[in-house]
Amino acid sequence: MTVIGQILLLIGGIFLFLGSLGLVRMPDVYNRLQTGTKASTLGAMSIGLSAIFLLPGAAGKALLFVVFIVLANPIASNTLGRSAYLSGVKLADESVSDEWGAQDESAARSDAARRDAASGPASSGAAPGVAPGAIPDAVSGAAPGGAADPKSGKGA
Amino acid sequence: MMTIALILIGLAALLTVFRLIKGPSLFDRLVASDTLSVIGAAFIVVIAEIVQTTSYVDVALVYGIAGFLGTVTIARFFLRASK
Repeated sequence: MTVIGQILLLIGGIFLFLGSLGLVRMPDVYNRLQTGTKASTLGAMSIGLSAIFLLPGAAGKALLFVVFIVLANPIASNTLGRSAYLSGVKLADESVSDEWGAQDESAARSDAARRDAASGPASSGAAPGVAPGAIPDAVSGAAPGGAADPKSGKGA
Repeated sequence: MMTIALILIGLAALLTVFRLIKGPSLFDRLVASDTLSVIGAAFIVVIAEIVQTTSYVDVALVYGIAGFLGTVTIARFFLRASK
């Protein structure tokens, strides 16, 4: 029992130390949030579990401590990251993807596409004509209205 | 083993205080203070194991609750203030 508790204590200390090391070395608020909260959650959790073995009289309270840490720490990190993003804290230069911002961007793009489609049904009707645009030489004589099609086909 | 754990926790607290002092933005400091409160709660649990006093675990629990509430309150306050 004591050995299990001491191993858990050592694991907890190592994880707390590594979490703080990441807090110093990471380039960004969000990366710091990642290391500083997840690793220290695991560290505090296993230190609380070690109290169950090393201090059996306080097993219930130690379990309560572990449950509280597991529930509360992700909530705190979520709130921190959300308010950092909405306050306009920039991502690090090395970041490769910003899914929240990309979502807003693609939503704006599809809105713009829908607006174009709604405003000009003629131009949107010409657009599919461009796609099989290899044929217009063969069909051009048949469609008098299709005069615009070869032009747009050359433009594309 | 407890000494090693205490040394590791002390080093972790030192690195976190470094980030707390240096952190470029406000939210870096908030992240550091949140981590520091968790480290402090874990430190109190280790002290309770060393001196074999069960009531110190209560202190750690209350310390953790206070740190969590403080972090969430300050983060939401600055979210409100930034709008």
